[in-house]
Amino acid sequence: MNKFEINNLDLHYGDFHALKNINMQIKPNTVTAFIGPSGCGKSTFLRTLNRMNDLVEGCRITGEILMDGKNIYENTDVNMLRKDVGMVFQKPNPFPMSVYNNIAYGPRTHGITKKAQLDEIVEKSLRDAAIWDEVKDRLHKSALGLSGGQQQRLCIARALAVKPQVLLMDEPTSALDPISTAKVEDLVLELKRDYTIVMVTHNMQQAMRASDETAFFLLGEMVEKASTERLFSAPQDKRCEDYITGRFG
Amino acid sequence: MRSNFDKQLDMLNVQLTEMSIFIESAIDCAADALVHSDRKKAQMAISFDSEADSMEKDIEKLCIKLLLLQQPVAKDLRQVSAALKMITDMERIGDQARDISELILGSEQDFCIKPDGIIAQMADATIKMVHEVVVSFVEKDIEKAQQVIAFDDVIDDLYSRAKLEIVGRIKAEKEDADILVNLLSIAKYFERIGDHTTNIAEWVVFSITGVHKKENMMYTE
Amino acid sequence: MNTKIKQAMATYKRSPFSFVMRLMLILSITFTVGMLAFILVYISAKGIPYLSKDLFSFSYTSENVSMMPGIITTLMMVAASLFISLPFGILTAVYLVEYAPRGSRVVEIIRLTTETLSGIPSIVYGLFGNIFFVTVLGWRYSFMAGVMTISIMILPLVMRTTEEALISVPDDWRQASFGLGAGRLRTVFRIVLPSAVPGILSGVILAVGRIVGETAALIYTLGTMAKIPDSLFSSGRTLALHMWVLSGEGLHINQAYATSVVLIVLVVGINALSGLVANKLQKR
Repeated sequence: MNKFEINNLDLHYGDFHALKNINMQIKPNTVTAFIGPSGCGKSTFLRTLNRMNDLVEGCRITGEILMDGKNIYENTDVNMLRKDVGMVFQKPNPFPMSVYNNIAYGPRTHGITKKAQLDEIVEKSLRDAAIWDEVKDRLHKSALGLSGGQQQRLCIARALAVKPQVLLMDEPTSALDPISTAKVEDLVLELKRDYTIVMVTHNMQQAMRASDETAFFLLGEMVEKASTERLFSAPQDKRCEDYITGRFG
Repeated sequence: MRSNFDKQLDMLNVQLTEMSIFIESAIDCAADALVHSDRKKAQMAISFDSEADSMEKDIEKLCIKLLLLQQPVAKDLRQVSAALKMITDMERIGDQARDISELILGSEQDFCIKPDGIIAQMADATIKMVHEVVVSFVEKDIEKAQQVIAFDDVIDDLYSRAKLEIVGRIKAEKEDADILVNLLSIAKYFERIGDHTTNIAEWVVFSITGVHKKENMMYTE
Repeated sequence: MNTKIKQAMATYKRSPFSFVMRLMLILSITFTVGMLAFILVYISAKGIPYLSKDLFSFSYTSENVSMMPGIITTLMMVAASLFISLPFGILTAVYLVEYAPRGSRVVEIIRLTTETLSGIPSIVYGLFGNIFFVTVLGWRYSFMAGVMTISIMILPLVMRTTEEALISVPDDWRQASFGLGAGRLRTVFRIVLPSAVPGILSGVILAVGRIVGETAALIYTLGTMAKIPDSLFSSGRTLALHMWVLSGEGLHINQAYATSVVLIVLVVGINALSGLVANKLQKR
């Protein structure tokens, strides 16, 4: 059973045809990486999976995206969808509030108000995101005082706090130093056991290190998708080969 | 794009070609030494093998440097990793040529091989194979590589015939058995050279298609 | 210090233009600060000697031109006007920034209107208030008419500053909130508005400044009765009006100066208070 099944997906921004007939399956408990040059549609596609594109004006989507067999563009409460499909952004974006309140924001949104329960969720999320030890003594200080790498793991913890099934990551390490990047990558491999992870990355080494499956996008098309080992050792499409060997364009 | 890397890949090809020339020469000299009972040629074969050994180290270094610094993927990765595997087989071929030469040098009698005899044919055939396989790698010519793989059967066939002939001569007991046993070893060495060359050809096919004959080496699906 | 100047001069030798610019800068700063200091010192010197206890007595008589009714009326005016204009101004700005579709016609028209309104001289508001609230609605010169007029006058200011404050809240935070499954309402009230508070408060400070200093819009709406308004529909006078009347009559010029000292202290006090509140909110 696939976590996501995308059939004949097209997306337009006004007159711009941003995604062209995408078909893809994403298996549960795997890490899928999207690679491709800037503007190829990989981020846009990622955002169709939790309907973040709904916020963009003039965005039209046709085709279907089935999550656990159910079309997320029909009769779906978009807020519940986004609870199930969490997102981590390119730039660490903690809210301007305390570490604790950052994590508790999501659960509170979904109706959890008991302090004991919130305490438990906050601790568990921070532990799962491997940042508990670094912040446990400053839970009630502003999250903006953390380092960039810590902020990003905090954002991952914040996403985990609403107990999602899927985690979307949009270039999660592009603003981080190598050590923080390695921590986030380790975390991704760790989280794979409990979540389905889809990430966009500009860093091909990262895709190789962290993902099970890799999809290559170009000009709004999904050109090739295969197991990561396969795609990086023997890609089938010439354009994909040119891109990953650095001989593109 | 990546012109520096491409230059280094070209250099890798040049070095592989050079190494193959040393190996071809080593076999050539060993065969000459055998046919003409020329001990000087045998010495030359041994020194060609030493050259090939040091080239193997150079190419290995270059490959590891490319893997480390360029982190090649896809066809680049296959080219470099195939080169790494190929030089091991090439080095073994050089060793076989040296072994043949050492047998010649260590023997008190001459082998008295006919220039058109089976052993001489085997020598010619293996030299041709080694040459072809390196050309197929550099030119990324999958057909040529497959021809080399097919050609191994010819060598195997020659070896069976050589074995039969030698065994026949031993049974006839007209000649000294010592030298005939050594000659059998030499035939076996040529047969081994054919096998190593086949291995190389298989890596050439892999570097072009991404599929290795024996299994899917690089990935599991 | 001396070496520092020497070094700077050495640099300027190569670019005399920089030297001229630097002189200009120093001159402008001296002029600005000097003017401000001069006004403050001048008013203080003229006014402080006349700050007597009598000037703060609760009732005004023609012998003792007490400013106490003025102070209280001013504070009431500030509170009441903000009470009306802040909710309207902030909610309108929230709609324009967070809800209205981008580039929509309606938004354009509303923006244009507010910009026009903020450029209108306050006497025009005064006349409008006089015609509409005082005459048409029959409220006469009253606290209510004054409050409504002032509220309308500062509404564009509150709206514009709130809009700017909302726009400057990073989109990342909205995205993060939506990404967690929060709706627009929760996102606006839990994330966007709290982070916009300092910006909104700076708008409030400007608005307070305008209310405290306003005379033209109040002369024909609040009237100039020198007592604390005892109901919504009775007249009164703010400190600024009080000053205007005193200097107009020409009998109590010294007391007018004393009043202006108090007015300045009042404005500084309100600003400091807003700053304090902003700091407190920021820390949370």
